[in-house]
Amino acid sequence: MLSNIALYGAIETGLIYGLVAFGIYISFRVLDFPDLTVDGSFPLGAAVAAVLILGGWNPWLATGMAIVAGMAAGAVTALLNVKLGILNLLASILTMIALYSVNLRIMGSPNLALLGEETVLTPWYELGLAFHQVPVALFILVTFIALVLLWRFMKSEVGLSMRATGANARMARAQGIATGAMIVLGVALSNGLVGLAGALFAQSQGAADVTMGVGVIVIGLASLIGGEAVITPSTVLRALIACVVGAIVYRLAIAFALNADILGLKAQDLNLITAILVTLAIVLPGFRNTVRARLTRKKA
Amino acid sequence: MISAQNLELTFGKGTPLENPALRGMSLTVNQGEFVTVIGSNGAGKSTFLNALAGEVIVDSGRIEVDGQDVTRLPTHKRSRRVARVFQDPLAGTCEGLSIEENLALAIKRGQRRGLTTAVKRNYRERFRQALAKLNLGLEDRLGDKMGLLSGGQRQAVSLLMASLTPSSILLLDEHTAALDPKTARFVLELTQEIITEQKLTALMVTHSMKQALEVGDRTVMLHQGQVVFDIAGQEREGLEVKDLLDLFEKQRGLEVEDDSLLLG
Repeated sequence: MLSNIALYGAIETGLIYGLVAFGIYISFRVLDFPDLTVDGSFPLGAAVAAVLILGGWNPWLATGMAIVAGMAAGAVTALLNVKLGILNLLASILTMIALYSVNLRIMGSPNLALLGEETVLTPWYELGLAFHQVPVALFILVTFIALVLLWRFMKSEVGLSMRATGANARMARAQGIATGAMIVLGVALSNGLVGLAGALFAQSQGAADVTMGVGVIVIGLASLIGGEAVITPSTVLRALIACVVGAIVYRLAIAFALNADILGLKAQDLNLITAILVTLAIVLPGFRNTVRARLTRKKA
Repeated sequence: MISAQNLELTFGKGTPLENPALRGMSLTVNQGEFVTVIGSNGAGKSTFLNALAGEVIVDSGRIEVDGQDVTRLPTHKRSRRVARVFQDPLAGTCEGLSIEENLALAIKRGQRRGLTTAVKRNYRERFRQALAKLNLGLEDRLGDKMGLLSGGQRQAVSLLMASLTPSSILLLDEHTAALDPKTARFVLELTQEIITEQKLTALMVTHSMKQALEVGDRTVMLHQGQVVFDIAGQEREGLEVKDLLDLFEKQRGLEVEDDSLLLG
């Protein structure tokens, strides 16, 4: 079984990846723009926040700058696609690769420790919560605020234009929507959220590392697809809730898999488990329908 | 009012697939006129409409809508003046969005969009009234996904969306071609109703010569990227498909080989 600390740890990381899943929802689902920039913008957010915190900045301001940095990275990807006509997937890979160098430059070394520094979590430790509960409490709040803001945005005139851009670009243009600008705004917003996730991750783990972005896209996608398998995303609100639920369920599943001694799995098996979980999440809903179809056919 | 002068457009210039679509095409449509456009495949009908809408930018020539030069403007910057209904019933609406969300997109066509709620409460009443006129029972289904509607219903909603806000010109690109005959008739009647009611300047591309003569008040035939004839008023009245074909052959001295024109 999971220890209490492992359980809270899984929820804590799950909430952070919920923010990543929000970002991936915007790029993959709303805009239909397969964006791999996140593997670079996640450590970018971490790097910016860590450097600024070490430089004596207020941790919330530092986190805000991480969002801005993430948005800038997303905007670069989108502009490569919209203005230079580079295929969206390729554009995002280019930015992702470039960000590896940028992140090393920002940090000045492959990793930075934040031990003993004041982070966004510091004041919360004085509230009398148990040590492992503090990040969960704060991240629930952050995720909730992000979810509400994003939901309202998607219901707004601009948000609706963004959804139309991804769903039917020709129709969107005919309605007077500048589809190029919508793609830039959406991909920037998406990576801003991922930058925020990176900044919070660095602060809760006590370090920023240039390699911490590897596979973020897959984990985010796993959360998104897994969440959609649990909660059908028939409305924007349901889709956003699915992101958070999917991310937490995914982290819990990983924690259980690694903790179950019978399975004999070790930390190094993480990526394999992720790949298997994503495959299952994609295949299972279709499989369920096939089974249901067969059952009803038999009845009839 | 639409004024198109000497439009030239060649696709794939400098490649083996070079294809001149518009060759000195000129046409002036007056305020409130309803023009039907016919021509065989590859005559340049759709390209001409796309050039007016801004989906393609012409190589040379000049396009004015209501006296404003729009030749170089992209689609979204012309959208305030230009409303459009596509041939494909799925193209004019977003199937993943609800009926009211689609209408909310259309009600802001060509206008600045902000961060206020897109589907406003006072819009809903307007949407309901507009939808009720279609007699399709859609006024009670504002929250339903567009994808749940049939092709004919979606095309009717597309028409409604095009007429929700005032525009200078309405472009209809064979918008009844993909529908079954009964639905096609319904959508065509609705089109005439809306155009008459709002006194719209409209351009309707059609594959059917019969339809071209039955509706509208002027008929233009395109051939090889040019206007080959242009009839209106008394000259057009009482004209039949056969006369139209004779006229075409006389004008061009050509045999009409495209069966679809004869069968239309």
